[in-house]
Amino acid sequence: MIIGNITNGIVLDHIQAGKGMEIYEVLKLSELSCTVAMINNADSVKMGKKDIVKINEVIDLDLDILGYIAPTTTVNIIKDGKVEHRKRLQLPERVVDVITCKNPRCITSVERGLKQSFKLTNREKGTYRCIYCESEAK
Amino acid sequence: MRHLIDILELSVEEIDELVAVANDIIANPEKYQEKCRHKKLATLFFEPSTRTRLSFEAAMYELGGNVLGFSEAQSSSSAKGESVADTIKVVSSYADIIAMRHPKEGAPMVASMKSDVPVINAGDGGHNHPTQTLTDLLTINREIGHFDNITIGFCGDLKFGRTVHSLASALSRYENVKMIFISPEELRIPEHILKETLEPAGIEYVETTDLMQYMGELDVLYMTRVQKERFFNEADYIRLKDSYILDLEKVHCMKEDACVLHPLPRVNEIAIEVDEDPRAKYFIQAKCGKYIRMALILKLLEIK
Repeated sequence: MIIGNITNGIVLDHIQAGKGMEIYEVLKLSELSCTVAMINNADSVKMGKKDIVKINEVIDLDLDILGYIAPTTTVNIIKDGKVEHRKRLQLPERVVDVITCKNPRCITSVERGLKQSFKLTNREKGTYRCIYCESEAK
Repeated sequence: MRHLIDILELSVEEIDELVAVANDIIANPEKYQEKCRHKKLATLFFEPSTRTRLSFEAAMYELGGNVLGFSEAQSSSSAKGESVADTIKVVSSYADIIAMRHPKEGAPMVASMKSDVPVINAGDGGHNHPTQTLTDLLTINREIGHFDNITIGFCGDLKFGRTVHSLASALSRYENVKMIFISPEELRIPEHILKETLEPAGIEYVETTDLMQYMGELDVLYMTRVQKERFFNEADYIRLKDSYILDLEKVHCMKEDACVLHPLPRVNEIAIEVDEDPRAKYFIQAKCGKYIRMALILKLLEIK
Protein backbone atom coordinates (compact mmCIF):
# COMPACT_ATOMS: atom_id res chain seq x y z
CA MET A 1 0.00 0.00 0.00
CA ILE A 2 1.43 3.40 -0.91
CA ILE A 3 0.64 6.57 0.96
CA GLY A 4 2.46 9.56 -0.46
CA ASN A 5 4.93 11.78 1.33
CA ILE A 6 3.73 15.07 2.71
CA THR A 7 5.33 18.43 2.00
CA ASN A 8 4.25 20.38 5.07
CA GLY A 9 2.76 18.65 8.02
CA ILE A 10 3.36 16.20 10.85
CA VAL A 11 4.24 12.52 10.87
CA LEU A 12 3.67 10.64 14.10
CA ASP A 13 5.93 7.61 13.75
CA HIS A 14 6.82 4.63 15.95
CA ILE A 15 3.38 4.52 17.53
CA GLN A 16 2.88 1.25 19.39
CA ALA A 17 0.76 -0.97 17.10
CA GLY A 18 -2.92 -0.63 18.00
CA LYS A 19 -2.60 2.82 19.58
CA GLY A 20 -3.05 4.80 16.36
CA MET A 21 -6.84 5.02 16.50
CA GLU A 22 -6.75 6.06 20.13
CA ILE A 23 -4.41 8.91 19.22
CA TYR A 24 -6.66 9.81 16.29
CA GLU A 25 -9.60 10.12 18.65
CA VAL A 26 -7.91 11.82 21.60
CA LEU A 27 -6.22 14.42 19.38
CA LYS A 28 -9.59 14.94 17.62
CA LEU A 29 -7.99 14.53 14.20
CA SER A 30 -11.41 13.85 12.67
CA GLU A 31 -12.18 17.54 13.18
CA LEU A 32 -9.35 18.66 10.87
CA SER A 33 -10.16 19.72 7.32
CA CYS A 34 -6.76 18.64 5.94
CA THR A 35 -5.82 15.16 4.77
CA VAL A 36 -5.04 12.72 7.59
CA ALA A 37 -3.67 9.23 6.92
CA MET A 38 -3.79 6.44 9.46
CA ILE A 39 -1.48 3.48 8.88
CA ASN A 40 -1.94 0.48 11.14
CA ASN A 41 0.46 -2.44 11.56
CA ALA A 42 3.23 -1.10 9.34
CA ASP A 43 6.41 -3.19 9.38
CA SER A 44 9.10 -1.83 11.66
CA VAL A 45 12.67 -3.05 12.16
CA LYS A 46 12.74 -1.77 15.73
CA MET A 47 9.19 -2.54 16.82
CA GLY A 48 8.02 -5.40 14.61
CA LYS A 49 4.72 -3.63 13.91
CA LYS A 50 3.90 0.02 14.40
CA ASP A 51 1.21 2.56 13.62
CA ILE A 52 1.86 5.83 11.79
CA VAL A 53 -0.31 8.95 11.51
CA LYS A 54 0.33 11.53 8.80
CA ILE A 55 -1.27 14.95 9.03
CA ASN A 56 -1.01 17.13 5.94
CA GLU A 57 -0.77 20.36 7.91
CA VAL A 58 1.28 21.65 10.86
CA ILE A 59 -1.09 21.86 13.81
CA ASP A 60 -0.71 22.34 17.56
CA LEU A 61 -0.49 18.94 19.19
CA ASP A 62 -1.02 18.14 22.83
CA LEU A 63 2.29 16.35 23.33
CA ASP A 64 1.45 15.56 26.96
CA ILE A 65 -1.54 13.46 26.00
CA LEU A 66 0.41 11.88 23.18
CA GLY A 67 3.30 11.10 25.53
CA TYR A 68 0.95 9.46 27.98
CA ILE A 69 -0.94 7.32 25.46
CA ALA A 70 1.97 6.38 23.23
CA PRO A 71 5.35 7.33 24.72
CA THR A 72 7.30 5.54 21.96
CA THR A 73 5.97 7.99 19.35
CA THR A 74 8.36 10.25 17.47
CA VAL A 75 6.92 13.50 16.22
CA ASN A 76 8.36 14.66 12.89
CA ILE A 77 7.58 18.16 11.72
CA ILE A 78 7.86 18.22 7.91
CA LYS A 79 8.62 21.43 6.07
CA ASP A 80 9.20 21.64 2.30
CA GLY A 81 9.30 17.86 2.16
CA LYS A 82 12.09 17.54 4.74
CA VAL A 83 12.10 16.70 8.44
CA GLU A 84 12.61 20.10 10.02
CA HIS A 85 12.29 18.91 13.61
CA ARG A 86 12.10 15.53 15.31
CA LYS A 87 10.95 15.10 18.85
CA ARG A 88 10.93 11.99 21.02
CA LEU A 89 8.22 11.97 23.63
CA GLN A 90 8.39 11.17 27.28
CA LEU A 91 5.77 10.59 29.92
CA PRO A 92 4.30 13.94 30.96
CA GLU A 93 4.34 15.06 34.59
CA ARG A 94 0.59 15.70 34.51
CA VAL A 95 -2.31 14.48 32.44
CA VAL A 96 -5.65 16.24 32.64
CA ASP A 97 -9.01 14.80 31.59
CA VAL A 98 -7.47 11.75 29.92
CA ILE A 99 -7.66 9.16 32.71
CA THR A 100 -10.69 8.78 34.97
CA CYS A 101 -10.18 7.96 38.65
CA LYS A 102 -11.71 4.57 39.45
CA ASN A 103 -11.69 5.02 43.24
CA PRO A 104 -15.35 5.25 44.35
CA ARG A 105 -14.21 7.15 47.45
CA CYS A 106 -12.51 9.89 45.39
CA ILE A 107 -14.02 13.38 45.34
CA THR A 108 -13.94 13.27 41.53
CA SER A 109 -16.72 10.66 41.67
CA VAL A 110 -19.21 13.25 42.97
CA GLU A 111 -17.92 16.81 42.54
CA ARG A 112 -19.30 18.58 39.49
CA GLY A 113 -16.96 20.44 37.14
CA LEU A 114 -13.79 18.94 38.56
CA LYS A 115 -11.08 18.05 36.04
CA GLN A 116 -9.61 14.55 36.28
CA SER A 117 -5.96 15.21 36.95
CA PHE A 118 -3.17 12.65 37.37
CA LYS A 119 0.49 13.13 38.24
CA LEU A 120 3.46 10.94 37.33
CA THR A 121 4.79 9.39 40.55
CA ASN A 122 7.17 6.78 39.16
CA ARG A 123 8.73 7.44 35.77
CA GLU A 124 10.42 4.05 35.50
CA LYS A 125 7.20 2.17 36.02
CA GLY A 126 5.02 4.83 34.36
CA THR A 127 2.83 5.10 37.44
CA TYR A 128 0.24 7.86 37.53
CA ARG A 129 -1.81 8.80 40.59
CA CYS A 130 -4.91 10.89 40.99
CA ILE A 131 -3.88 14.26 42.47
CA TYR A 132 -6.91 14.20 44.79
CA CYS A 133 -7.00 10.68 46.29
CA GLU A 134 -3.61 9.36 45.09
CA SER A 135 -5.15 6.19 43.67
CA GLU A 136 -3.10 4.61 40.92
CA ALA A 137 -4.41 5.02 37.38
CA LYS A 138 -5.79 1.75 36.07
CA MET B 1 -1.55 31.80 52.15
CA ARG B 2 -0.84 28.23 53.25
CA HIS B 3 -3.19 25.26 53.60
CA LEU B 4 -2.52 21.90 55.23
CA ILE B 5 -3.84 19.03 53.13
CA ASP B 6 -1.04 16.48 53.40
CA ILE B 7 1.50 16.22 56.23
CA LEU B 8 4.36 16.16 53.70
CA GLU B 9 3.56 19.77 52.79
CA LEU B 10 5.24 20.67 56.07
CA SER B 11 9.02 20.51 56.13
CA VAL B 12 10.80 18.78 58.99
CA GLU B 13 11.81 22.24 60.24
CA GLU B 14 8.20 23.43 60.19
CA ILE B 15 7.09 20.36 62.15
CA ASP B 16 9.84 21.03 64.70
CA GLU B 17 8.62 24.62 64.94
CA LEU B 18 4.97 23.54 65.45
CA VAL B 19 6.00 21.05 68.13
CA ALA B 20 8.05 23.76 69.87
CA VAL B 21 5.11 26.20 69.80
CA ALA B 22 2.74 23.50 71.12
CA ASN B 23 5.15 22.74 73.95
CA ASP B 24 5.34 26.45 74.75
CA ILE B 25 1.52 26.66 74.76
CA ILE B 26 1.41 23.76 77.26
CA ALA B 27 3.98 25.51 79.45
CA ASN B 28 2.58 29.04 79.12
CA PRO B 29 -1.10 28.90 78.11
CA GLU B 30 -1.80 32.47 79.28
CA LYS B 31 0.54 33.87 76.60
CA TYR B 32 -1.76 32.55 73.90
CA GLN B 33 -5.27 33.16 75.21
CA GLU B 34 -5.91 36.33 73.20
CA LYS B 35 -3.88 35.51 70.06
CA CYS B 36 -6.92 34.81 67.87
CA ARG B 37 -9.28 37.40 69.26
CA HIS B 38 -11.91 38.34 66.63
CA LYS B 39 -10.84 35.43 64.39
CA LYS B 40 -13.29 32.73 63.33
CA LEU B 41 -12.65 29.06 62.64
CA ALA B 42 -15.21 27.23 60.50
CA THR B 43 -15.40 23.51 61.29
CA LEU B 44 -17.01 21.81 58.30
CA PHE B 45 -17.53 18.19 59.26
CA PHE B 46 -19.29 16.25 56.51
CA GLU B 47 -18.57 13.06 58.45
CA PRO B 48 -19.01 12.41 62.20
CA SER B 49 -16.10 13.05 64.52
CA THR B 50 -15.77 13.73 68.23
CA ARG B 51 -12.13 14.24 69.02
CA THR B 52 -10.97 16.05 65.93
CA ARG B 53 -13.87 18.51 65.79
CA LEU B 54 -13.91 19.20 69.52
CA SER B 55 -10.15 19.58 69.67
CA PHE B 56 -10.23 22.09 66.80
CA GLU B 57 -13.02 23.99 68.53
CA ALA B 58 -11.30 23.86 71.94
CA ALA B 59 -8.05 25.00 70.28
CA MET B 60 -9.71 28.05 68.73
CA TYR B 61 -11.55 28.96 71.95
CA GLU B 62 -8.33 28.69 73.94
CA LEU B 63 -6.73 31.11 71.50
CA GLY B 64 -9.54 33.58 72.19
CA GLY B 65 -11.23 33.04 68.82
CA ASN B 66 -14.70 31.92 67.79
CA VAL B 67 -16.05 28.87 66.00
CA LEU B 68 -18.86 28.27 63.53
CA GLY B 69 -19.75 25.25 61.43
CA PHE B 70 -21.61 21.97 61.28
CA SER B 71 -20.93 18.46 62.49
CA GLU B 72 -22.68 16.30 59.90
CA ALA B 73 -23.40 16.53 56.20
CA GLN B 74 -27.15 16.36 56.82
CA SER B 75 -27.09 19.77 58.50
CA SER B 76 -25.17 21.39 55.62
CA SER B 77 -26.16 22.35 52.10
CA SER B 78 -24.33 19.31 50.75
CA ALA B 79 -27.50 17.41 51.72
CA LYS B 80 -29.20 19.54 49.06
CA GLY B 81 -26.55 18.60 46.53
CA GLU B 82 -24.21 21.57 46.89
CA SER B 83 -20.67 20.97 45.64
CA VAL B 84 -17.62 21.24 47.88
CA ALA B 85 -16.37 24.11 45.72
CA ASP B 86 -19.55 26.16 46.24
CA THR B 87 -19.71 25.47 49.98
CA ILE B 88 -16.13 26.62 50.41
CA LYS B 89 -16.52 29.78 48.36
CA VAL B 90 -19.35 30.80 50.67
CA VAL B 91 -17.78 29.73 53.96
CA SER B 92 -14.44 31.35 53.18
CA SER B 93 -16.24 34.67 53.07
CA TYR B 94 -17.47 34.16 56.66
CA ALA B 95 -14.46 32.59 58.40
CA ASP B 96 -10.73 33.30 58.71
CA ILE B 97 -9.69 29.65 58.60
CA ILE B 98 -11.44 26.36 57.80
CA ALA B 99 -11.04 22.85 59.22
CA MET B 100 -12.78 20.32 57.00
CA ARG B 101 -13.54 16.61 57.27
CA HIS B 102 -15.14 14.86 54.33
CA PRO B 103 -15.79 11.20 53.47
CA LYS B 104 -14.54 11.69 49.91
CA GLU B 105 -10.80 11.49 49.41
CA GLY B 106 -9.34 14.69 48.04
CA ALA B 107 -12.29 16.88 49.08
CA PRO B 108 -10.14 19.17 51.28
CA MET B 109 -7.74 19.61 48.35
CA VAL B 110 -10.63 20.75 46.18
CA ALA B 111 -11.63 23.10 49.01
CA SER B 112 -8.12 24.56 49.20
CA MET B 113 -8.19 25.28 45.46
CA LYS B 114 -11.34 27.37 45.88
CA SER B 115 -10.86 28.96 49.29
CA ASP B 116 -9.82 32.52 50.09
CA VAL B 117 -8.69 31.45 53.57
CA PRO B 118 -6.44 28.64 54.84
CA VAL B 119 -7.97 25.15 54.74
CA ILE B 120 -6.92 22.38 57.12
CA ASN B 121 -7.65 18.79 56.15
CA ALA B 122 -9.31 17.26 59.22
CA GLY B 123 -9.55 13.85 57.54
CA ASP B 124 -10.63 12.81 54.04
CA GLY B 125 -11.97 9.27 53.81
CA GLY B 126 -9.21 6.70 54.17
CA HIS B 127 -6.67 9.10 52.69
CA ASN B 128 -4.98 11.75 54.85
CA HIS B 129 -5.34 13.11 58.35
CA PRO B 130 -2.40 15.49 58.84
CA THR B 131 -3.48 17.04 62.15
CA GLN B 132 -3.73 13.57 63.70
CA THR B 133 -0.16 13.04 62.53
CA LEU B 134 0.93 16.31 64.12
CA THR B 135 -0.82 15.12 67.30
CA ASP B 136 1.03 11.81 67.13
CA LEU B 137 4.34 13.57 66.55
CA LEU B 138 3.83 15.94 69.49
CA THR B 139 3.01 12.94 71.71
CA ILE B 140 6.10 11.03 70.55
CA ASN B 141 8.19 14.16 71.11
CA ARG B 142 6.88 14.57 74.65
CA GLU B 143 7.01 10.88 75.59
CA ILE B 144 10.11 9.64 73.76
CA GLY B 145 11.92 12.94 73.27
CA HIS B 146 13.00 12.45 69.64
CA PHE B 147 11.87 11.18 66.24
CA ASP B 148 15.20 9.73 65.11
CA ASN B 149 16.37 6.25 66.15
CA ILE B 150 12.98 4.83 67.06
CA THR B 151 11.26 1.54 66.30
CA ILE B 152 7.55 1.99 65.79
CA GLY B 153 4.96 -0.73 65.32
CA PHE B 154 1.71 0.01 63.50
CA CYS B 155 -1.03 -2.50 64.27
CA GLY B 156 -4.55 -3.12 62.96
CA ASP B 157 -6.11 -1.69 59.83
CA LEU B 158 -3.12 -0.46 57.90
CA LYS B 159 -4.94 -0.45 54.57
CA PHE B 160 -7.65 2.10 55.28
CA GLY B 161 -6.00 3.64 58.36
CA ARG B 162 -5.19 7.11 57.12
CA THR B 163 -3.43 8.01 60.38
CA VAL B 164 -0.96 5.20 59.75
CA HIS B 165 -0.24 6.34 56.20
CA SER B 166 0.35 9.92 57.28
CA LEU B 167 2.47 9.08 60.34
CA ALA B 168 4.62 6.57 58.45
CA SER B 169 5.20 9.16 55.71
CA ALA B 170 6.07 11.86 58.22
CA LEU B 171 8.50 9.64 60.15
CA SER B 172 10.18 8.48 56.92
CA ARG B 173 12.03 11.80 56.87
CA TYR B 174 13.90 11.09 60.10
CA GLU B 175 17.10 9.12 60.63
CA ASN B 176 17.23 5.46 61.58
CA VAL B 177 13.50 4.89 62.02
CA LYS B 178 12.43 1.25 61.87
CA MET B 179 8.79 0.41 61.13
CA ILE B 180 6.95 -2.82 61.90
CA PHE B 181 3.60 -3.18 60.12
CA ILE B 182 1.33 -5.66 61.91
CA SER B 183 -1.95 -6.45 60.18
CA PRO B 184 -4.11 -9.22 58.77
CA GLU B 185 -3.31 -10.03 55.13
CA GLU B 186 -6.43 -8.20 53.92
CA LEU B 187 -5.52 -4.97 55.69
CA ARG B 188 -1.84 -4.66 54.80
CA ILE B 189 -0.31 -1.25 54.31
CA PRO B 190 -0.73 -0.13 50.66
CA GLU B 191 2.23 -1.09 48.53
CA HIS B 192 2.66 2.41 47.16
CA ILE B 193 3.48 3.73 50.63
CA LEU B 194 6.19 1.12 50.98
CA LYS B 195 7.56 1.44 47.44
CA GLU B 196 7.16 5.14 46.76
CA THR B 197 7.64 6.69 50.21
CA LEU B 198 9.49 4.41 52.64
CA GLU B 199 11.91 2.62 50.32
CA PRO B 200 13.20 5.76 48.57
CA ALA B 201 13.74 7.26 52.03
CA GLY B 202 15.80 4.22 53.03
CA ILE B 203 13.42 3.20 55.84
CA GLU B 204 13.87 -0.29 57.23
CA TYR B 205 10.51 -2.00 57.60
CA VAL B 206 8.95 -5.39 58.25
CA GLU B 207 5.44 -6.65 57.55
CA THR B 208 4.04 -9.32 59.85
CA THR B 209 0.72 -10.75 60.98
CA ASP B 210 2.10 -11.49 64.48
CA LEU B 211 1.62 -8.74 67.06
CA MET B 212 4.02 -10.33 69.54
CA GLN B 213 6.94 -11.01 67.21
CA TYR B 214 8.62 -7.62 67.64
CA MET B 215 6.88 -6.43 70.82
CA GLY B 216 10.08 -6.23 72.90
CA GLU B 217 11.81 -4.01 70.33
CA LEU B 218 9.19 -1.30 70.05
CA ASP B 219 9.57 2.24 71.35
CA VAL B 220 6.08 3.10 70.11
CA LEU B 221 3.13 0.81 69.39
CA TYR B 222 0.52 2.60 67.31
CA MET B 223 -2.76 0.70 67.55
CA THR B 224 -5.65 1.38 65.16
CA ARG B 225 -9.29 0.46 64.96
CA VAL B 226 -10.70 -1.58 62.09
CA GLN B 227 -13.06 1.08 60.75
CA LYS B 228 -16.53 -0.16 59.88
CA GLU B 229 -17.22 2.89 57.72
CA ARG B 230 -14.39 2.00 55.31
CA PHE B 231 -15.88 -1.40 54.35
CA PHE B 232 -18.39 -1.87 51.56
CA ASN B 233 -19.02 -5.43 52.77
CA GLU B 234 -20.12 -5.88 56.40
CA ALA B 235 -19.11 -9.54 56.46
CA ASP B 236 -15.48 -8.55 55.83
CA TYR B 237 -15.66 -6.03 58.65
CA ILE B 238 -17.03 -8.59 61.14
CA ARG B 239 -14.38 -11.12 60.14
CA LEU B 240 -11.51 -8.69 60.65
CA LYS B 241 -12.60 -6.35 63.42
CA ASP B 242 -11.09 -8.29 66.33
CA SER B 243 -7.88 -9.36 64.61
CA TYR B 244 -5.68 -7.84 67.31
CA ILE B 245 -6.50 -7.13 70.93
CA LEU B 246 -3.83 -5.55 73.09
CA ASP B 247 -4.18 -6.65 76.70
CA LEU B 248 -2.04 -6.11 79.77
CA GLU B 249 -0.19 -9.38 79.36
CA LYS B 250 1.02 -8.28 75.92
CA VAL B 251 1.88 -4.78 77.13
CA HIS B 252 4.08 -6.30 79.83
CA CYS B 253 6.29 -7.68 77.05
CA MET B 254 7.08 -4.14 75.92
CA LYS B 255 10.04 -2.07 77.05
CA GLU B 256 9.45 -0.14 80.29
CA ASP B 257 9.79 3.22 78.55
CA ALA B 258 7.80 2.32 75.42
CA CYS B 259 4.46 3.96 74.75
CA VAL B 260 1.16 2.79 73.31
CA LEU B 261 -0.65 5.27 71.10
CA HIS B 262 -4.08 5.11 69.45
CA PRO B 263 -5.80 7.85 67.45
CA LEU B 264 -9.10 6.88 69.16
CA PRO B 265 -11.92 6.03 69.26
CA ARG B 266 -11.04 2.48 70.23
CA VAL B 267 -13.49 -0.38 70.19
CA ASN B 268 -12.00 -3.72 71.29
CA GLU B 269 -8.41 -3.42 70.14
CA ILE B 270 -7.05 -2.16 73.48
CA ALA B 271 -8.42 -3.78 76.64
CA ILE B 272 -9.60 -1.31 79.27
CA GLU B 273 -7.11 -2.80 81.75
CA VAL B 274 -4.25 -1.36 79.67
CA ASP B 275 -5.37 2.19 80.48
CA GLU B 276 -3.74 2.03 83.92
CA ASP B 277 -0.35 0.93 82.56
CA PRO B 278 2.16 3.82 82.42
CA ARG B 279 2.89 2.92 78.77
CA ALA B 280 -0.70 3.77 77.78
CA LYS B 281 -0.46 7.30 76.38
CA TYR B 282 -3.53 7.54 74.16
CA PHE B 283 -5.47 9.89 76.40
CA ILE B 284 -2.43 12.15 76.72
CA GLN B 285 -2.22 11.91 72.91
CA ALA B 286 -5.82 13.14 72.61
CA LYS B 287 -4.93 16.11 74.80
CA CYS B 288 -1.87 16.87 72.68
CA GLY B 289 -4.27 17.18 69.74
CA LYS B 290 -5.65 20.41 71.06
CA TYR B 291 -2.25 22.01 71.62
CA ILE B 292 -0.78 21.11 68.24
CA ARG B 293 -3.93 22.40 66.53
CA MET B 294 -3.52 25.66 68.41
CA ALA B 295 0.02 25.88 67.08
CA LEU B 296 -1.17 25.07 63.55
CA ILE B 297 -3.97 27.65 63.59
CA LEU B 298 -1.44 30.31 64.68
CA LYS B 299 0.96 29.28 61.91
CA LEU B 300 -1.64 29.31 59.12
CA LEU B 301 -3.11 32.61 60.31
CA GLU B 302 0.49 33.93 60.46
CA ILE B 303 0.05 35.05 64.04
CA LYS B 304 3.29 35.17 66.04
